[in-house]
Amino acid sequence: MNDPKDNHTAPVLEIENLCVSYFARSGEIPAVIDFSLSLAPGESVGLVGESGCGKSTVAMAIMRYLGNNGDIVDGSVRFQGRDMAALSEAELRGLRGSKIAMVYQEPMAALNPSLTIGDQLTEVPITHASANPTEARDKALNMLRDVNLPDPERVMDAYPHQISGGQQQRVVIAMALLGEPALLLLDEPTTALDVTVEAGIVELIAELSRKYGTALLYISHNLGLMLEVCDRIGVMYSGEIVESGDMDTIFSQPRHPYTLGLLGCIPLPHSDKNARPLTAIPGQLPLPHERPDGCNFGPRCGSFAAGKCGVDAIPLAVVPQEAGSPHHVRCARWNEIDPATSLPAGDYRPPNEVGDTVLEVDGLQKYYTVRDSSLRAFVTGKTVRYVKANEDLTFNAREGETVAIVGESGCGKSTIARVLMGLETATGGEVRFQDASIGDVTAQERSPDQLGALQMVFQNPNDTLNPSLSIGAQIGRVIRKFGVERDADRVRERMLKLLDMVKLPLEFASRRPRQLSGGQKQRVAIARAFAGNPAAVVADEPISALDVSVAAAVSELIMDIQRDNKTTLIFISHDLGAVRYLADRVVVMYLGRIMEQGTTDEVFSPPYHPYTEALLSAVPIADPTVEKRRIVLEGDLPSVLNPPKGCPFSTRCPRRLGDICDNELPAFRIHGDGHAIACHIPMDELEAVAPVIAVKEHAAE
Amino acid sequence: MTDISKAPTPSALSALRSIAILRESWIGMIGTGLILFWVFVALFAPLLAPHDPLAILQPFAKPGTFHVKSGTTLWLGTDNLGRDILSRVIWGARTVLIYAPLATVCAYAVGIIMGLAAGYHRGWWDTVLSRIGDIILSFPVLVLYIIVIATFGASGFNIVIAITFASAPGIMRIVRGLALDLRNRDYVAASQTRGETSFYIMVVEILPNARGPLIVDACVRLGYVIITIGVLGFLGLGLPPPKPDWGGMVNEARGMAMIFPHMTIIPCVAISSLVLGFNLLADGLREVSLRD
Repeated sequence: MNDPKDNHTAPVLEIENLCVSYFARSGEIPAVIDFSLSLAPGESVGLVGESGCGKSTVAMAIMRYLGNNGDIVDGSVRFQGRDMAALSEAELRGLRGSKIAMVYQEPMAALNPSLTIGDQLTEVPITHASANPTEARDKALNMLRDVNLPDPERVMDAYPHQISGGQQQRVVIAMALLGEPALLLLDEPTTALDVTVEAGIVELIAELSRKYGTALLYISHNLGLMLEVCDRIGVMYSGEIVESGDMDTIFSQPRHPYTLGLLGCIPLPHSDKNARPLTAIPGQLPLPHERPDGCNFGPRCGSFAAGKCGVDAIPLAVVPQEAGSPHHVRCARWNEIDPATSLPAGDYRPPNEVGDTVLEVDGLQKYYTVRDSSLRAFVTGKTVRYVKANEDLTFNAREGETVAIVGESGCGKSTIARVLMGLETATGGEVRFQDASIGDVTAQERSPDQLGALQMVFQNPNDTLNPSLSIGAQIGRVIRKFGVERDADRVRERMLKLLDMVKLPLEFASRRPRQLSGGQKQRVAIARAFAGNPAAVVADEPISALDVSVAAAVSELIMDIQRDNKTTLIFISHDLGAVRYLADRVVVMYLGRIMEQGTTDEVFSPPYHPYTEALLSAVPIADPTVEKRRIVLEGDLPSVLNPPKGCPFSTRCPRRLGDICDNELPAFRIHGDGHAIACHIPMDELEAVAPVIAVKEHAAE
Repeated sequence: MTDISKAPTPSALSALRSIAILRESWIGMIGTGLILFWVFVALFAPLLAPHDPLAILQPFAKPGTFHVKSGTTLWLGTDNLGRDILSRVIWGARTVLIYAPLATVCAYAVGIIMGLAAGYHRGWWDTVLSRIGDIILSFPVLVLYIIVIATFGASGFNIVIAITFASAPGIMRIVRGLALDLRNRDYVAASQTRGETSFYIMVVEILPNARGPLIVDACVRLGYVIITIGVLGFLGLGLPPPKPDWGGMVNEARGMAMIFPHMTIIPCVAISSLVLGFNLLADGLREVSLRD
């Protein structure tokens, strides 16, 4: 045991050469290899990596909670000086949830839907601290106040489904902190939440760890978020830490080619799709049982040297530096790599030429009816209510142009896609595509030419292909259906051409979707959408379910095909970083209405709509040289069944003027050349707002 | 360009793979063994049966009695009319293994059509079909069987009709539930946006992806149908008397069960071993499908 005097400096968690394997049908699968980490009280360390790199396994191994088929095969985990491997099940149960707490990705799945929040929170002090119910309730109430939940008394008696996703995650965090943990494990705690909600949670986590001195292990795939929460960071690739060190060191002096590659994949405010396109990391993550000899990253690395990298496992090397925590890198050639010149960037490409208007949306309305059969509804005569998913939308898109529709979940952006595709018909207004009105024509009533000319790429790569049919059959069906080719040989030829266009090997024609990775499936979906030489493609969050490096590759692919075919792209997304990079024009939506629209430069610089301003501030940016003005929105998205009477954003707006915002719908004001903002605040006041994002001047420059 | 046509088709591969995987489940292998045993017996009934199942040899013979006239041992004895029980059990396997799968397939055909229509179209299709299903399900099954067979008469064809009528609503519910989930998949939306007909979407996009749970359910249901055929035989609603039928054999020997237990026990063992086989196979399939 440690001397109690220096307890405050002794590390909370020490992991040494940890190796974790899963034992499956095919044998032993090493998930984590040679992982070391030391975490001091109050320190926060981030683990970043793409899916399948073993970062969640590390968290589970710390708690020694690996399931039936997982086991720690080598190395040790010491928590507060005690070896976790030596503890009995009962001792582990005592630690889990009290001294070591965990926050998971899905708040709804972490809470028991049939118990009240109060019951679930008080359980923690009752179980771990043998508190009596009144003490426990007081503690729980205090904690709910600490996580900034409005009206904690009411929340205590609520069931999980009665509060919003952001509030649920706050409850989960409160529950984790109730045991007064020394170590808090956060596994993608905000990935399932909207950006504006995410911003609030991230701020809360940083504030609470400062207040309680809790050590944090923050697991995420989002480098931008890490920058806001963590002191140190470890980059994982294929089960190994490939680089670790201080946050600033990793961002400014990255040495490992994978870290460099990751940074090159993330769209930043100064990235430009034409001047300096993103470059994806070639290839894909090796399967755990098919790792190459030597460096795991070898086959995808631009600096690979056969004799040096491809033989033995690469040990962690220390990069000498003047100050800060040690900078480790697992690369045989780290001293030959210069971070300043190695950051990859693509070659210049000429910008798209924008042609005539292809798609016009004029006053589009889409209402869904909700029937209320309660007695009260019957008495008041309001048996039918409307969800106004889209209200008075007007925008257009021209040939070769990328128009982005951004907004948080529930803003009605996917409804537009469904109306455009003919999966739903509009309640009012008009949609004109290639001079034909399509707003109230369902897909089944459209001609094959019309169907082929307007296609869609869906969000979820695992859901977009029929699992029972081969890739070739699925693409071939589309070619035949749109009447592009009829003869079997010609269809096959065209199908192989499409596979080649999306840079997939031709053997994939006979594969099933489950044999493909997420990025590959999304490529097939793109090939399918482009089978009928479409004039316009609607892409509904096409890259948001993909890993960073894969997302970069897929978005570059979409842009290349768009450039070659002069396709109009309607890009629906919640990710402003991707939108800023990809789009020519942006439409910002909130609660079914357009708040602001204009060219990308216009929307991303003042004058802003206050909602756009808050959105911009909420988006994490993976660049320490960028300084952001913090705007955290209060409250939750109002219900679409009962939207505010005036400006939809009035309930959360930090710049609310007063009654006029609550009662009157603002009209669009035009600023300059077609930049439209729906806000009551006078334009000159909005123009005076400082930019949300500013690039810090380098001390050296 | 690579030639893809020569590679084995993926469906054949996946079928081989699922059989190979089943070997990992002991339970599934035992089930498969029991089923294969009875299939073998049914296929080679004429060669395996020592006697004509209808021939009268010597009434009330206990198992192991030596039959002087034919010079053979009656290993399982004879029934009250003197027919060889072993031969009747062997021939009875044929009856069961013809009518049980046939009835299950018919029930599935009807149930799948109804379930897909209700689950994919929803709206009034769903309301009407589900209500019809509920009405049928609200009757005790035995009453349904008696109604159908009493109306149309006892025959193999009518057994199939009765079982289809009584089980299709249950299958419809399963298929409807699966279709309600699968209809929201992006690949269904993708096929809608290329103007596919509802029939194509139901048959190509939804049905094949619902097959996993349906195959497991089919195995369990096949077991129930075998019991049902036994029950129908026992109630005298099965195949007309002289034909060897396991349920009928139990029924005929019912009154003498205390004195000549072998007459009832042997067909009962035959029925339960086959049902057990299908249930174990279903368990095995489920176990294997849950593993990764």
